[in-house]
Formats: sequence, structure tokens, C-alpha cells
Amino acid sequence: MTKERLVVIGNGMAGCRAVEEVLKRDPDRYEITIFGTEPRVNYDRIMLSPVLAGEKAFADIVLNDEAWYRDHAITLHTGCAVSQIDREARVVRASNGTQAAYDRLILATGSDPVRLPLPGADLAGVVTFRDLDDVEAMVAAADAGGEAVVIGGGLLGLEAAYGLARRGMRATVIHLMDVLMERQLDESAGFLLRSALTDRGVETVLGAQSEAILGENGKVSGLQLKDGRIIPCSLLVMAVGIRPNTALAAGCGLTVGRGVVVDDQMRTSDPAVFAIGECAEHRGVAYGLVAPIWEMCRTLADVLTGVDDCAYGGSVLQTRLKVSGVDVFSAGRFSGGEGCEDVVFRDAGRGVYKRVVLDQGRVAGAVLFGDVIDGGWYFDLMKSQADVSELRETLIFGQAVTEALRGVDPKSAVAAMADSQEICGCNGVCKGAITTAIGDLGLTTLEDVRAHTKASASCGSCTPLVEKLLAVTLGDAFQAQTGPKPVCGCTHHGHEVVRKRIVSEGLKSIPAVMQALEWATPEGCASCRPALNYYLICAWPGDYQDDKQSRFVNERVHANIQKDGTYSVVPRMWGGMTSPQELRAIADVADKFAIPAVKVTGGQRIDLLGVKKDDLPAVWADLNAAGMVSGHAYAKGLRTVKTCVGTDWCRFGTQDSTGLGVRLEKLMWGSWAPAKVKLAVSGCPRNCAEATCKDIGVVCVDSGFEIHIGGAAGLHIQGTQLLTKVASEDEAVWAICAITQLYREEGWYLERIYKWMARVGLESIRAQVEDPDARKALYDRFAYSQRFSRTDPWAERVAGRHADEFNPLSRRLEFERA
Amino acid sequence: MNAMVKDPQIAWIDVGADTDIPRRGARRLKGPQGEIAIFRTGDGQVFALMDACPHKGGPLSQGIVHGASVTCPLHGRVIDLATGESLGADAGKGCAPVVPLEVREGRLFIGLVRG
Repeated sequence: MTKERLVVIGNGMAGCRAVEEVLKRDPDRYEITIFGTEPRVNYDRIMLSPVLAGEKAFADIVLNDEAWYRDHAITLHTGCAVSQIDREARVVRASNGTQAAYDRLILATGSDPVRLPLPGADLAGVVTFRDLDDVEAMVAAADAGGEAVVIGGGLLGLEAAYGLARRGMRATVIHLMDVLMERQLDESAGFLLRSALTDRGVETVLGAQSEAILGENGKVSGLQLKDGRIIPCSLLVMAVGIRPNTALAAGCGLTVGRGVVVDDQMRTSDPAVFAIGECAEHRGVAYGLVAPIWEMCRTLADVLTGVDDCAYGGSVLQTRLKVSGVDVFSAGRFSGGEGCEDVVFRDAGRGVYKRVVLDQGRVAGAVLFGDVIDGGWYFDLMKSQADVSELRETLIFGQAVTEALRGVDPKSAVAAMADSQEICGCNGVCKGAITTAIGDLGLTTLEDVRAHTKASASCGSCTPLVEKLLAVTLGDAFQAQTGPKPVCGCTHHGHEVVRKRIVSEGLKSIPAVMQALEWATPEGCASCRPALNYYLICAWPGDYQDDKQSRFVNERVHANIQKDGTYSVVPRMWGGMTSPQELRAIADVADKFAIPAVKVTGGQRIDLLGVKKDDLPAVWADLNAAGMVSGHAYAKGLRTVKTCVGTDWCRFGTQDSTGLGVRLEKLMWGSWAPAKVKLAVSGCPRNCAEATCKDIGVVCVDSGFEIHIGGAAGLHIQGTQLLTKVASEDEAVWAICAITQLYREEGWYLERIYKWMARVGLESIRAQVEDPDARKALYDRFAYSQRFSRTDPWAERVAGRHADEFNPLSRRLEFERA
Repeated sequence: MNAMVKDPQIAWIDVGADTDIPRRGARRLKGPQGEIAIFRTGDGQVFALMDACPHKGGPLSQGIVHGASVTCPLHGRVIDLATGESLGADAGKGCAPVVPLEVREGRLFIGLVRG
């Protein structure tokens, strides 16, 4: 009896694995022929990254050597591209004339790397990252040293960049999205990955679109980005994705979508032809990872050897990055979604971030960075869809801890700890030291323990343990005490700790703060994000990039939202002074845009109420044209400086209060603060500018300037307290800027000056403002910060900044119905 | 994902690319029944709701997006982007209607009921 003929197109991982699986089940059933386009035996393509990095040699990654083909009597045609499938005659033909007849045909043609159609894409030195030839080209380029650019911050692109950096090139990854590996990682994990890559010599440019590849003498010399930046390079790797290789299948009339369409038995639209691996499309999905390929091969081998009722049901995916020392794991719906719950664990000391997503008490996905030991466990729990509600408390600590503590009361677990066991990793405090201190010193509160042993006094992550220890040691005498009020439910840290650590640890982004302070949520909430954004702006005025999406709408669109969703617009009137031109321009704007209400405010300026959001940029453009800028009537920052007419006109005036007010406003406008800041300058103690109910008020007297702070006339009514008195106008300006800066640096987000004053004490503020050195240092920091803030946000937006904010996404829906 | 093919009563209209929506932000659209808000989370998921808070009709598109929820800019009610339901202390106190939204190869399609 002659054997059936099995022909495989593709000598890669899928094709050979399918043959192996068939041989395992029935070694004698088929006469097998394999066609491969590469001039070599089958190797482990996913290990090309370690080969590029010089961590493995090609010989280490060969899967099937020549002996294997020989031993199984497989005919192998290498370097031989099949050009035609004749399904009528059941023959495949190669371009070099080789042909083979089949009874069953397997398409395992894999995928091609996507080449971006950029100008210059055909220059020498522009490569993709797919096969050994690509790796050899990259290694040769790396031997010459210099700079490499990798377009694409996905799995493959990052591995390529890391490999090139290992070989001594300066590698830069250009990524379109603002998170690396955004299909596998959330913002927090992406942030850690980015830092880890930087440590390994790989630079990353996010949110960057490539415009053109530049060349000299036919060779690549750099990449130009849409924003005009040019990144020089002698090697450019495109790693922007793969496209299933379907040309052969389409050429012979098989059904092709994104890939070659197959059913659950891996059968194409021709029952004698099968497709597996990256060229196949199963239930609308074309896979690009290896695990699904193995599953497809097993099903196909079953089908080919006559096993009934076998079916491939699609794959659940997990991803690991192959960069030495960077442990990343991702699986499933790692970003949560409807009805999902996040369990987050961060260990700032070890650079660990773990997020497990639960849906109805079952694991729906996970992202792990820095500690991926439990990746497999979460993946199994996810695939089995086991109910993990019982494990909820310990799940995030991993399999070992969860199983050790199953059914154990947390209190008795603490009681069972040895005295030598470390509780507080930051300060190296053991259990014994804490229990001894509690006994000997009669400590009863968390704060006591912190003060005497330093346990939980730094990062605070062992606070629950210390509390349990207090409870166990004291019994009923212990009453759980809360420390400083946390910023919000995302953290146990108070504002003070957060502000201090941003400065002392040099934290310069929201994800960096969340990781270092071990935030309990993946990306914070509407309370903590604006607070962190402000703290970062205040700490790093020159470096920090304001995060617009972390701002309340008023500060994002530079107008005040009203109850009906329209906005109010208040142009600045310096010190309450205006002119006929300005008033005319305001009147014209109100007419032109049919603004329904115009009102004089308590801060001596004019409010235009009821402006439609889409109209804001045009309204501002007209106001700008008349010389007016934003009044920041919406800002947690300087609002108004109210003045009286002072010595210019008033018969009682003692100083030029209007002039001082204008000077202060011109100096201080645009500065962000924990909460709104309102100033006033009165020219005499009759106080017509009502300076003694402002955040900072100046009352002019014959002998100089009294500076008052901490007034309020809103929810709370409170007169100011006299802080200091100075003789000259210059000194008054310095003192006021110094007070403002001190408040900017010490105030908690949303804490007005009067509350800050009550918290820190008037004396501590006075001590700084009356000490000439301290005052000068504060003033200098304020002045430095103002270099970056005194720009008119309206003019920037009129010029097109954040234009998306003001335009609807599309007008198509209106047209569809019109 | 397959609703686009199945339901002949719904007209699917391409309104732009998912990347047109800022991460942790939203864009607005004028729909036949009123303003529609399309949100994109930090993780890149997109959702569409009628742009009116169940509390006092505030424009949800103008709120701060965090996780898969948005905080209304008017009085701080937190809305689940997937269901439109009020969350936290306001749970059960009304919801913003969900608008059918599909993503196909990076394009956003809004579903309008034919009629």
C-alpha cells in the first residue's frame, strides 16, 4: 500500500512542529515533503532575540537538524519558494521547477514583517526583524558601532533594541503610542519597563510618529519625526508588526481574510488543504505568538491521523519579554473593564508592580513587572476560571503565600512569626524589637511605635503588620489609630509624605510617584491625580510636563464650566484697571458670539457667561487681539489682585496701592498653587479693597506696608492676621512672593492659605518671611517657577494647542440625520 | 464585535480613529438624540455614553477619566464608563445611557438605530 503524501509549505516553527506531532501519533502514515524559503534547517525563531543580544548562538536554537529530516525520511527543499498551488491536480510547484504532489497540504507560510511605506524605506541599513538573515545584518551593522533606531515599541522592537544595545550600539526606540507594549502593559508597568530599558542603554521616544528615513550615499543616516526632530542612525529596524503571508492561498482561490481562514480542525475552504501558525486566521483572530501555534499543531495532527472530535477552540494568550533582567508578564484582560476589580501590589524597593484583574471572583487577566514568578499561576487560574473569592486577601502575594496562609487568621500568622523576622524592610526593624519596645516603653499607638522604633515610618507598606502586632501584643488595650489622613483611597500616605518624597527622591512623573509610594490602584483617581500633577509642577517647574488629563475641566479648557455645560470667560484686568478699548472689545465679543450674560465680578473684572465650548478659542482670539489675557478665574492659582485708587486719586491714600496691585499681578499671574489665591491692596487703613479678608492682603500706611495673610470670605469667613510690616514697595513684593512660594511648597492640594496657616502656624511662616536669606531663597524659587508659567493659555490655544479639546470628534452623525 | 454584522436595525457610522481620543480623556459628538461622549481610558479602551450625568445633566465628556470611570465636572458623581451606572455612594441613583460603540481596526463606529 502506498503512503498518503503530506506536503508542508513552510519549514518554520509551525510546519515542523505539525510534522513532529503527526510523527508522534503515526510515524508511518505519510510520505512527507517540506518546502522552506530560508536556506537552512528549522530553528526557534523566538530565540532570535537572544542570538541578536549575543546570549545564544545559532547552533543553540536549531530545533531540527539535518539528521532529523533524514531519520524520518522527510524530503526537505530549502531555499525553495513555492510559487503555485494547483488544487485541481493536487500539486505544488516551486519557482525553481521543483514540484510535489499531495493528498494533504499544510500551509505554514508564517507572516511577513510590515514595512512602513516611509520615504527612504529602501535605503541600505533599513531592516526588519524576522529571520536569521535580519539578525546577521543587524550584527554586522552593530560591529561598526554607532546609533540604531528601532521603530516600534512592541515586544519585538524592544528585544531588537536591547540586543543592539548589548552589542554596543546606542539604541533608540520610536513608539507611536504613549505606553510601551501597550497591548500587553498598562501605564504603570510601561513606566517601569521604560526606566529598566533606559538603565540598559535603550532610549525610548513615546508618542512619536515617523515621517521620513534620511540617507546619505544610498545608506540610512537618520530618522525624521513628524514634529521635526531628527534622530541620527546607521541602522534602522522596523518592528511595527506582522502581516500573515497569504499570497499563495489567495493565488489558488482559498478563502482569505486577514489570514488564511480555517475552521476548528484547521481546515481551509478546501478540505485537502490546512493552514496553521501565523498565516492562519481562526475565528477572526490571527495569532503572532508561539503558544497558539503549538495548540493548532496538536489539533491538526489529530485530524491528520484520524482522531475524531478534536477541535481547536482558540487560545488564551500570555506574553513574556525576553530582555535579560527585565521580567514582564501579561495575560488576558489586564486592563480590566466592566464590573472588574483591580488588586494592585507595588514594592518600590524591588521595583515590583503587580496587577491582577478579577471579574466576578475569577481571574480575568494580570500584568506583572519585576516579579513574574506567579505569572504561570495566575495564567492557570485564568484559564481554569476557578473561583478565587476565598483567596482574595492574599492572591496578589502569589501562590506560596496564599497556600501557606490558607485558612490562617492573619493575627495568628503575625503571632507565629519569629522575633528575628523583619517587619519593616526600610528601616530594618524586626518583630522582637517592636514587641520589646511596646512592652518596655508602654507604647499604645502606631505613631508611638513609629517614633521609637521607626517601624513603618518610611514607606509605610508594613503599617498593617505593625498594627496587627500592636493588637496581638496589647490585646484589648490597642485601639487602631489612623495616621495622617491619606490623600485618597488610592494610598495610605498623607499629603505631607507625598510632597516630601517627590522632592527627596527626585520623582518626576505621576507613574513614578505611584510606584515609589506604592499606590494601591493602577492609575489613581480624580482626587489624587490632580494633586500629584500640582505637586510635580511645583517641585520641578522646568522639567515636569503638565498632564492635562489630570486636571479638572476648568483648568484644562481655561474657562469655568457652568451648570448647563457652557463656560464663563473672565479676561484679566490688572489690578482692576481697564480702558475704553478693552471695554469695547468685550462688548464686541459679547455681541458677536451672542453671549447671554455679562457681569461685574467681586474681583474687579468682567465675566462673560454662557459661552459655548466650541466658541472658546474664537472668543479668546478676539480678546487677545485687544491685548487681554486669561484672568485664570478658574485656576488653583493666582486669581485677582483687587485694589483701591490709592494716592493717584484718593485724598486719604498713603501709597500707590493701584500701582502695587498691578505690579504684583503682572509678576504673579499664571502661577499654580494648591488652591485659589486672591490678593488685595488697600491704600489706607480704611481698607476699601477689603484686603483683610483675602488670602494675602496689603494695607498701606504712611510708614510702609502691612502684610496680612489667611483671610477667607467664602464658605468660611475669617479676617486676616498681620504677618509682617515692611518699609518699601520692593520689600512688600518680595515678601508676598515669598509667602506665596512657601504656600506653594507646603500647602496640601485644595488647602487654602488660611487652612495652611492654621496647620503650620503663623510663626513658622513669619520666621521664613522675616529672615532675609530664607525670603530671598523663596523669592528666587518663585521667580524661577514663573519663567515657565507666565504665558497666556488663551493665546496658546488660539494658536492651535490642544485643538482637539474644543472640536467635536466628528460631524458625521449630524450629517447622517440631517 | 459582531453586533455590527448582526443587527440590521443599527446603522454603524465611522466617526474617527480611536487615537483621536486622548488617553484618560474624551471627545464629544452631536448625535440625533443629543450630545454623545466617547471616552478612552489610560489602557486604551473606548466607551460611549450620552454626554449627560444622571445627577444634573453635567457634561461627562469634560470630567476626569480614571480607571474605567469618569468623575462628572459639575458635582463629582462617579460614573462607570462601561454601564453608565453611578458608582460609590450614588450607586443605584440613575445612569447615563450607553451608546453602541464598536472598534474595527482602530476605527470607531457609533451605532444609530434606523428609523
